Amino acid sequence: MTALLEVKNLSKSFGGLVAVNNVSFALQAGRITALIGPNGAGKTTCFNLVAGAMQPTSGEVLFEGRPIENTPPELVCRMGIARTFQIVRPMRDMSVLENAMVGAFSWTRNVSEARSTAYESLESVGLAGKANARTDQLTLPDRKMLETAKALSTRPKLLLLDEVMAGLRPTEAASVVRVLQGLAEAGLTILLVEHVMRIVMEVASRVVVLHHGARIAEGSPGEVAADPRVLESYLGTGFHA
Amino acid sequence: MQKRFEGSADIRPWLAGAMVFVTLALVGALANPYLISLMTIVLLFTFLGQSWNLMLGIGGQLSIGHALFVGLGAYSVAVLEVKYGISPWIGLLLGMFLAGSVGAALAWLSFRFEVRGIYFALLTIAAAEFARIMFSGWEFVGAMQGLFFPAPTNAIEFSMLRGDARFYYFVALALAALGIVGTELISRSYLGYVWRAMRDDEQAARALGVRTFRHKILVIAISAATAAVGGGILALVQGSIFPDSIMGMGLSVDVLIGPVVGGLGTTFGPLVGSLAAIPLNHLMSALGDSLRIPGLNNIAYGVVLVLVVWFLPDGIWPAMVRLCKAIQLPSRVWLPQPRKAEE
Repeated sequence: MTALLEVKNLSKSFGGLVAVNNVSFALQAGRITALIGPNGAGKTTCFNLVAGAMQPTSGEVLFEGRPIENTPPELVCRMGIARTFQIVRPMRDMSVLENAMVGAFSWTRNVSEARSTAYESLESVGLAGKANARTDQLTLPDRKMLETAKALSTRPKLLLLDEVMAGLRPTEAASVVRVLQGLAEAGLTILLVEHVMRIVMEVASRVVVLHHGARIAEGSPGEVAADPRVLESYLGTGFHA
Repeated sequence: MQKRFEGSADIRPWLAGAMVFVTLALVGALANPYLISLMTIVLLFTFLGQSWNLMLGIGGQLSIGHALFVGLGAYSVAVLEVKYGISPWIGLLLGMFLAGSVGAALAWLSFRFEVRGIYFALLTIAAAEFARIMFSGWEFVGAMQGLFFPAPTNAIEFSMLRGDARFYYFVALALAALGIVGTELISRSYLGYVWRAMRDDEQAARALGVRTFRHKILVIAISAATAAVGGGILALVQGSIFPDSIMGMGLSVDVLIGPVVGGLGTTFGPLVGSLAAIPLNHLMSALGDSLRIPGLNNIAYGVVLVLVVWFLPDGIWPAMVRLCKAIQLPSRVWLPQPRKAEE
């Protein structure tokens, strides 16, 4: 199995603060990988480095073997990496469907083609019934799914999801989990940034744990959950599984 | 179910638009000369407002120096015709090319160095003022004395765009129609979607693969080129141009009044706004003259603008649309309704 995305010795500092410190990991195609860690662990910075929104201080990001760490976000997207934002960002006077159409214009200029692709993306996240709604009429879980649908319309090979389940109730999160599993079964590679451990254990086939910017563990959810360093980072010293 | 999105092109707005233009054409055929010249200005500013509206209302880029592009168009037409006797059609093309290039260059320089948003708007003022001062001192283009077109004849000469007031009224009407149809077509094309996404959130748009740098340059170049066409016709209608009036701050403000009052980013906003604001200005000006209160028009104009922005912040056109919908709504209570398509 080849690595779709490879992160090698990635570091990012803001002045004296080292947000990401020498992190390496690889994503296997067609799987869901989770990047977890307590608040301030550097997850989102790591995510932004991969998405091209920030440039690393040192290190490499290879997508399909090509370095992308200095590529601007719009070109990263056109290469096949789509992302969502932690704070949902719908376009205000456009309908749900029109929001989802924008992503499709990264590979087509045909409006009706974009419309049908957007409709398919909405269908795959369960929003097809609300295609004509205005975005301010959507509930938070729906808006998070709209973010995912927008990203899907770009026809990505790799989907980066930034805390899509933060702030959702357990039943809502469960339906998101089903959507993500469906996408992975259809062959999409997903990198999930999340701090809700329980959901990650359920959905991810591989987990990378960050703490104070550094990678402290990597493995299957079971292995990671049993790792004493991971427990320590989440709960402090003195706790045991 | 998916068909609802495919072939559901609504022709009602086009029909309504066509009716508006038939009415305006009848006005042109029947009205008195004063009304015709007033309406010519209204329609020209509808077109100019449309060009400004494309840039801010759809592309999200604020220009407070649109007089620069209007002036380049006006001078291109005037210099070619007055100095060399070349047809204004060529002048319009030259103006579009010049203004489009200047707009693109200004945008490129600005965004290349991360000057954006309100700072870009300040840059447009600076560029317009720079051009005004330059043209004021440039003997070749008439400097402060301006340029005068040959005395108007009443014979209509289409190749030289020369004719009487009624002729110019129909030219302005055609231009306004062109502007409205063009804006509508652009906003329904992929450019419209991509530009509105860029306007609402540049970072989010980039993450969806929108190459915002080139799209910002494109929308500004198109807006500038269309403003130049409006400027060229405005010069012909006025019969003379002076740097202070065609490139001054006053013109930049006049251009944006229509879309702001009428409704930013809407297709009919600039027309409705110009129809409301320009006759009001003229009316108050006349009233001020007869009452011997100089400047009454400016005061009244200002008060009305503040009131509109205060009470109808979206503009007049969206308020009219809301009103029409509100009038239709109660009828649904008792009229038999076709069964709604399932959601």
